[in-house]
Amino acid sequence: MPSNIVRKGRKFVVSSVSSDAHMWNLVFLQLLLEERGGVVRNLGACVPDELIIEECRNERPDVLVISTVNGHGHLDGIRLIRKIRQDAELADLRVVIGGKLGVRGAENVAFVEELVTGGFDAVFESEAGLQDFQEFLFGVESSDRPALSTVGAGDGADGTGTEVPALSGLRAAA
Amino acid sequence: MSAATTPERRDRTAAEGRTTAPGPSRSRFSAFVRGAAEAGRLVVQPRMGFAELPVMREGLSGVRGARATAVGTITLDSYTRVNDHDSARQALRTGAELNGFPLVAHGPRATRRMLEGLAGADFPVQVRHGSALPYPLFEAMVEAGIDATEGGPVSYCLPYSRVPLAEATDAWARCCELLAAQDEQMHLESFGGCMLGQLCPPSLLVALSVLEALFFREHGLASISLSYAQQTNQAQDLEALAALRRLAGERLGATDWHVVLYTYMGVYPRTPMGSYRILEDSARLAMLSGTERLIVKTPAEAFRIPTVAENVDALEFAAAVAAEHTEPVAATDTGLYEEARMLVDSTLDLAPTVGGALVRAFARGHLDVPFCLHQDNANLSRAYVDPHGLLRWARPGSMPLAPGDTESARPLSAQSLIDMLAYNERRFDREQLVRVRQWSLT
Repeated sequence: MPSNIVRKGRKFVVSSVSSDAHMWNLVFLQLLLEERGGVVRNLGACVPDELIIEECRNERPDVLVISTVNGHGHLDGIRLIRKIRQDAELADLRVVIGGKLGVRGAENVAFVEELVTGGFDAVFESEAGLQDFQEFLFGVESSDRPALSTVGAGDGADGTGTEVPALSGLRAAA
Repeated sequence: MSAATTPERRDRTAAEGRTTAPGPSRSRFSAFVRGAAEAGRLVVQPRMGFAELPVMREGLSGVRGARATAVGTITLDSYTRVNDHDSARQALRTGAELNGFPLVAHGPRATRRMLEGLAGADFPVQVRHGSALPYPLFEAMVEAGIDATEGGPVSYCLPYSRVPLAEATDAWARCCELLAAQDEQMHLESFGGCMLGQLCPPSLLVALSVLEALFFREHGLASISLSYAQQTNQAQDLEALAALRRLAGERLGATDWHVVLYTYMGVYPRTPMGSYRILEDSARLAMLSGTERLIVKTPAEAFRIPTVAENVDALEFAAAVAAEHTEPVAATDTGLYEEARMLVDSTLDLAPTVGGALVRAFARGHLDVPFCLHQDNANLSRAYVDPHGLLRWARPGSMPLAPGDTESARPLSAQSLIDMLAYNERRFDREQLVRVRQWSLT
């Protein structure tokens, strides 16, 4: 992954979902995106759907990055993306989700297809590295087209292989 | 390096000058912990929560049956934590997977039935919830006859919510008063020693634990525990735990208190051996520091929510380590007690009440949890793990601390954050994956 080329500064909104209190994944994502020249609005943990929608309307980001590791991502994520896609202003917003999306470990991949069908442009699940997400970012940065990455958006059965914040063991809550 | 700590728990307790707590104020939970400490046994406790009543009961039953001096845990699910009880009810109806026990959705009566014949003086149960506004949960707990719970106005607000700190402080004041008003008082533990799980320097952890304990006492609680989470260096953790005990002894007077240690809460080793090694270290740390209770982690937690059997294994392992002889280890001598005391005192000077002082301290960055994204945290301070594994301040922000090493004040990259977050994961897994002798301060 070349990291020294000049890229356009893209605007990102980074957020957790409403029930997820984990923070390190969000701190990490902000640093990662900023290092790549991105401008980040970090909404933090436990963000209600309505606040995410409001911030996206105001900020008009290139990408909304949802990161969640508490195991409720498949539930909160699907509810959130349906609301976003029903919003006329945000129907075309590029939205991705990553993290630990269920409580089944390696079997969480079962949730990928549902989330993609629900309207996410890419889903990064599981315990591998960051490669797929970085490739996705590279696509966002180097393209003028609003082309959507298909990383993780396949048939949902191929493992897709990436957890956005390659951070596991972050169950710090209670 | 100084002050070798001793594994003789009772001697340490006596040396701290703690008076015996008055009988009537003692909760069932702390009576159990006190009894174990007097017998020289470490109380071990899992994190465990299941959505369905029979599964939860089976889990608690497994913990009760463990070959260990154990207390039970009911960890609540994420919907219940944020008072989204409708979503929890819907999940129960549809069979969707929850990551814990939905106490309010099940209701106090069903919960009391679930605990019948299981929870008691010989097996007290703590509810763990992570909620900044837990009044509805506390009402349900009181009705369900729960022995203990945990959290705090700062420790469950800043890391886990978007609730304004002033609002959380008011809510926790009412919660404390609710608990204090019961005939049989519940035990309340401050989670202040665990902020963000990792990368919060020990002096701030100690100060927050003591400040929250003072807040609990201000609102009528008489049975309190103070927490500390294992960090990246055992000698430094020993200094921090000694500072916590000393400060608590000085400030809490005759209040019935004990200390609870958390096995490392950050990025966990991924090899089975590495994860048992870090758990072993935490059990030894508990024994060396005179800590009464240990919240364990399981090897599975790096990957998913652990099973009952995995929890029981971890409890029995920790109990077995605690029962062994542990060689004394010298604590560091880096002024943690003085720094924590200064943070406590200068915070209390800001307002007439502990709650008011906490709100003001965070508003002006006088207290500032590194990396914490909550809107009421200044987020100007930074911490780092030095080459010896000591967790130190890199930038104090507006906190009244001596400036950190300028060398460490270079901008933080995503990779260096990952490296610091994964410090213990690497350290303990490397023992397994690479045969390199660990260089150690001790």
